[in-house]
Amino acid sequence: MTAPITATSMALDGGVLSTGDAAPEAAFVPSRGFWGHVGHRLVRDPVAMGAGAVILLVVLIAILSPWITPMDPYKGSMLRRLKHVGDATYWLGSDELGRDMISRLMLGSRLSLFIGVTPVLIAFVIGSGIGILAGYVGGWTNTILMRTIDVFFAFPSVLLAIALSGALGAGIFNSIVSLTCVFVPQIARVAESVTTGIRRRDYIDAAKLSGASPLTIMRVQVLGNVVGPIFVYATSLISVSMILASGLSFLGLGVRPPEPEWGLMLNTLRTAIYANPVVAALPGVCIFVVSIAFNMFSDGLRAAMEIRQ
Amino acid sequence: MLIYILKRLVYVTPVAFGVSLVCFLLVHLAPGDALSAVLPADATQETINEMKAAYGFDKPLPVQYLIWLWHVLHGDLGTSIATGRPVLGEVTRAVINSLILASVATVIGFTFGTLFGFVAGYHRNSVADRAASALSVFGVSVPHYWLGMILVIVFSATLGWLPPTGAGPDGSGNWRPDFDHLRYLILPAVTMSVIPTGIIARTVRALVADILAQDFVEALRAKGMDEFGVFKHVVRNAAPTALAIMGLQLGYLLGGSILVETVFAWPGTGFLLNAAIFQRDLPLLQGSILVLAMFFVVLNLLVDVMQTALDPRIERA
Repeated sequence: MTAPITATSMALDGGVLSTGDAAPEAAFVPSRGFWGHVGHRLVRDPVAMGAGAVILLVVLIAILSPWITPMDPYKGSMLRRLKHVGDATYWLGSDELGRDMISRLMLGSRLSLFIGVTPVLIAFVIGSGIGILAGYVGGWTNTILMRTIDVFFAFPSVLLAIALSGALGAGIFNSIVSLTCVFVPQIARVAESVTTGIRRRDYIDAAKLSGASPLTIMRVQVLGNVVGPIFVYATSLISVSMILASGLSFLGLGVRPPEPEWGLMLNTLRTAIYANPVVAALPGVCIFVVSIAFNMFSDGLRAAMEIRQ
Repeated sequence: MLIYILKRLVYVTPVAFGVSLVCFLLVHLAPGDALSAVLPADATQETINEMKAAYGFDKPLPVQYLIWLWHVLHGDLGTSIATGRPVLGEVTRAVINSLILASVATVIGFTFGTLFGFVAGYHRNSVADRAASALSVFGVSVPHYWLGMILVIVFSATLGWLPPTGAGPDGSGNWRPDFDHLRYLILPAVTMSVIPTGIIARTVRALVADILAQDFVEALRAKGMDEFGVFKHVVRNAAPTALAIMGLQLGYLLGGSILVETVFAWPGTGFLLNAAIFQRDLPLLQGSILVLAMFFVVLNLLVDVMQTALDPRIERA
């Protein structure tokens, strides 16, 4: 509820008038530009940097995992099932089919990140498009687009995601489609409110008077000024998306076995919570750590963009 | 005020129709058709046609929608393909169970959320404030289905204090307000309360900090009002927004409880949805989602009206 307001105020306070905040004593220092300032402030935020480092590490593991896993993540042994954490061979234990946990967790980061981040990326593109169009054109276009969006807001996001993937059937592609449908309306609403906030600005009028076509204005003046706030909002959705995507797999609606994915691993290990609770909880720790890292990084990014005099 | 409510109703009607359309189309998104799950693989074309006609699947889509809508408006959500029982009855039973769980979780979330929010808002940048911020980040970042598992591991598997799954000792699907049933409610309710706790704490903290920074608070203190008097003013100013957030959270929990209900085998809507999805019982899926979404629409409306009624600063135009 509050997100659209913050995003708008960010565009109005920070994004647009970034050149106005040069203090008199800094007059001779060349301006860093808006994104330069944001980057500068972000680097000085230890929490955001820590979170960023965690994300970077997980991304690296995800990219490199096929080559660096200590054991074969698919090969199990019923004789060596549910080994405890700290085992000499299986450092983080083994799962209910005797497969090495650390290898599966490493390889699992690939699918977990992929199904968590992709929907937000696609929704960022589609949602921004819809929102900017509705906000800039206004009138009936706005009414029709935004009232349609309102219908999707009538569904709690978890319900919508599960309903869509339940109807479409299990699978990675379907779960990405349903999560995208969940995030498009949310991003579109923010994009619309940010765009509506800037469309009466003087520089838009100036561009119109200089003879720029509506498409050029949308691309240059509008897009350039609204993309930042929308992007920050989108990053705040990644954490939710990760939890939901793994949740779909947890329900059996996303990734199918034997592929390793954190949510699915959590589901198959549920039977082991009495025999080996620590191992059973491990995939959830991964989801939690990545989700909290994305949340903290997004918070840091938002704070860094709120540049006030 | 009456005019305001009427206006809101007029605004909500198209949304409600949109929701019904989405729920209707949901079934037609499904690969194959709704009957393939119940018909035997060697069913003759004649049987298939007969079944299609019986369920109305042989008519064009817009006609099917209007017929379906007509039935829905008369309280008929169709029959479950898997059990043959009316969908409405199944959904009602499940909604009551989910509502119990979601309400208890919301009350827990509201109590702790406002408590942490007030402490943090009053003492900004103190240890309590940092703890409250950490808690709210935790609340929105933790996968609640995993938290549920952890609670089961700790309180059921290890300590043996609370039952891990189900809604009551008799294994029945109906929850009753007595001590035995209460023990079954604790773990799922606590699991679900983590999200609203975090969100309400974050909102209340910002609200309280904002209100305390306003001139009228200084004026109240300047005229010699004691801290408790000032506190009452802060509460009155923060209440409409905080209550609105609480109302919305109830709706989110009711619709979003499927994962937690699955972990705890709680016989609510989440459990019903899960069954509907995996038995490919499309009328049941459609009906449960429609009821939950409509509940959310009505709740949103109520929250809006309540917020306007409580807060005289909001325009009622």
